[in-house]
Amino acid sequence: MGQITLNQITKNFGDVQVIPPLDLRIDDGEFVVFVGPSGCGKSTLLRLIAGLEDVTSGDITIDGRNATEVPPAKRGLAMVFQSYALYPHMSVRKNIAFPLRMAGLDKEAQNAKVDAAAKVLNLTDYLDRRPGQLSGGQRQRVAIGRAIVREPAAFLFDEPLSNLDAALRVNMRLEISELHQTLKTTMIYVTHDQVEAMTMADKIVVLQAGLIEQVGSPLDLYHAPRNKFVAGFIGSPKMNFLTGQYASGYDATTIGIRPEHIAVSSSEGAWSGRVGVSEHLGSDTFLYVDIDGVDEPITVRSTGEIGVRHGDNVYLTPDASKIHRFDKQDLRIP
Amino acid sequence: MARAVTNRRKALNTLVAWSVGLLIFFPILWTILTSFKTEAQAINDPPLFLFFDWTLENYAVVQERSDYMRFLWNSVIIAGGSTVIGIIIAVPAAWSMAFVPSKRTKDILLWMLSTKMLPAVGVLYPIYLLFIELGLLDTRIGLTIVLMLINLPIIVWMLYTYFKEIPGEILEAARMDGAALKEEILYILTPMAVPGIASTLLLNIILAWNEAFWTLNLTAAKAAPLTAFIASYSSPEGLFYAKLSAASTMAIAPILILGWFSQKQLVRGLTFGAVK
Repeated sequence: MGQITLNQITKNFGDVQVIPPLDLRIDDGEFVVFVGPSGCGKSTLLRLIAGLEDVTSGDITIDGRNATEVPPAKRGLAMVFQSYALYPHMSVRKNIAFPLRMAGLDKEAQNAKVDAAAKVLNLTDYLDRRPGQLSGGQRQRVAIGRAIVREPAAFLFDEPLSNLDAALRVNMRLEISELHQTLKTTMIYVTHDQVEAMTMADKIVVLQAGLIEQVGSPLDLYHAPRNKFVAGFIGSPKMNFLTGQYASGYDATTIGIRPEHIAVSSSEGAWSGRVGVSEHLGSDTFLYVDIDGVDEPITVRSTGEIGVRHGDNVYLTPDASKIHRFDKQDLRIP
Repeated sequence: MARAVTNRRKALNTLVAWSVGLLIFFPILWTILTSFKTEAQAINDPPLFLFFDWTLENYAVVQERSDYMRFLWNSVIIAGGSTVIGIIIAVPAAWSMAFVPSKRTKDILLWMLSTKMLPAVGVLYPIYLLFIELGLLDTRIGLTIVLMLINLPIIVWMLYTYFKEIPGEILEAARMDGAALKEEILYILTPMAVPGIASTLLLNIILAWNEAFWTLNLTAAKAAPLTAFIASYSSPEGLFYAKLSAASTMAIAPILILGWFSQKQLVRGLTFGAVK
């Protein structure tokens, strides 16, 4: 079980309120990702759930039990830290067994569980090594192993992949997703990387300055962002925003259109512009097109290879059904 | 080519390091050599280096004239006692400053260190009067307390820098793994802090062992440690260089041996946790 409810929780550091009153419900077995720019309060929120920070006001319930005053050791949650936070003086086996030892399991039961976890995580050959003798990816796996052996009510991940190189990050992302499918345990995952959020989450919580901007499935956020911030944060490359004459035609203050929803033509289209930078990836082509009256170049994504180079004149046509309209308060007009 | 330069550089570095090392060690070496000379040879001009009649006579005289073991025992108790008490007080202090720093932590640390900038003689008079009042003059307990207090700032500083190196996330991880405070201290903190505490302990034993100002001023006979033992051979009249050297050699031998066997921890202690 791992159902977590946050009820009107706030957090102050001195006089600064980093989390204004906030409500959130996380269902058992859900993979929830907290995403937002750095300093948005996502890590603080995770630490509040973990109990590593005390809430200033409000309640946290875990499986129906009020856990607000419960120390982290007794909340039944496991955490994987960005720095891995392995115990440097213990072997991998002892690191993974540590929570079991704390729970008072006997040696045999500890070893059985550690061996099982090591097998799942490909760590069997490394059990006698110290963390200092492992690579970054292996250390991360040890940290995950330490979290899974105790069968927690929920896993908390605090930017676990940001110290890994790009290729390894993709691998570990898949491994964590697979782990979630196998264990079906609630996972709360903090990241600033919206790609991680989109690919892993059942439910994304977008945060800015301690406020929840929107909660929803990845595709909800993609198709129906509540406001301009969410629209700009979710999706890669970023959504293009246009104002002034481009927006007034749609009866909006700002319109947004995703790079993949713009058609490129060399002969005709709604907006004309000049190609600044063109990126040819083979599978996709990204164009950064300067058009009149817009400060930032418009990003366009075309599938496959199109023969457009720097300096070429092109015409862009947005897919009218995919245009997002925003009002003066930056809220999306449905 | 690059390699040749590197090798030449290495040779130069080695030469410089050895020269500096020998320069620093020379007084100790000379003391040890002199302790094996006769009084006449000790003041010979030009000085005799290795070619003289080696004799143990000075050691015999020193041993006969004063009770070395009593001084040694006092030194052990005073240096060991002050360090152990200091560590017991400093560990929780440094701990709280490293892990739960407040706005004033830095100021407190600096203030503590600033007491070391005061010349000791400046407080000799009040402390001497206090010692008379409390009946602590020439007692081991009195000296232990004074040495503990004067070394406490250094102990706290050293431990503080060591504890600072222990990442907070590891302690948080232990808490998440179900460790209560007792288990956190026992299984995580202590093993990670022990090397730092050990170096601090060693360095402070040496500092306390060699401390001469307070030990000479606050003792007479009963509680006098080895520093007083050496001093008793430096008389204003007469030349007893060889005997003085023998006494000095006997006084520094235990700490020299201790230092030799704990070089690794000591180097780490002296670099104040700066090297990881």
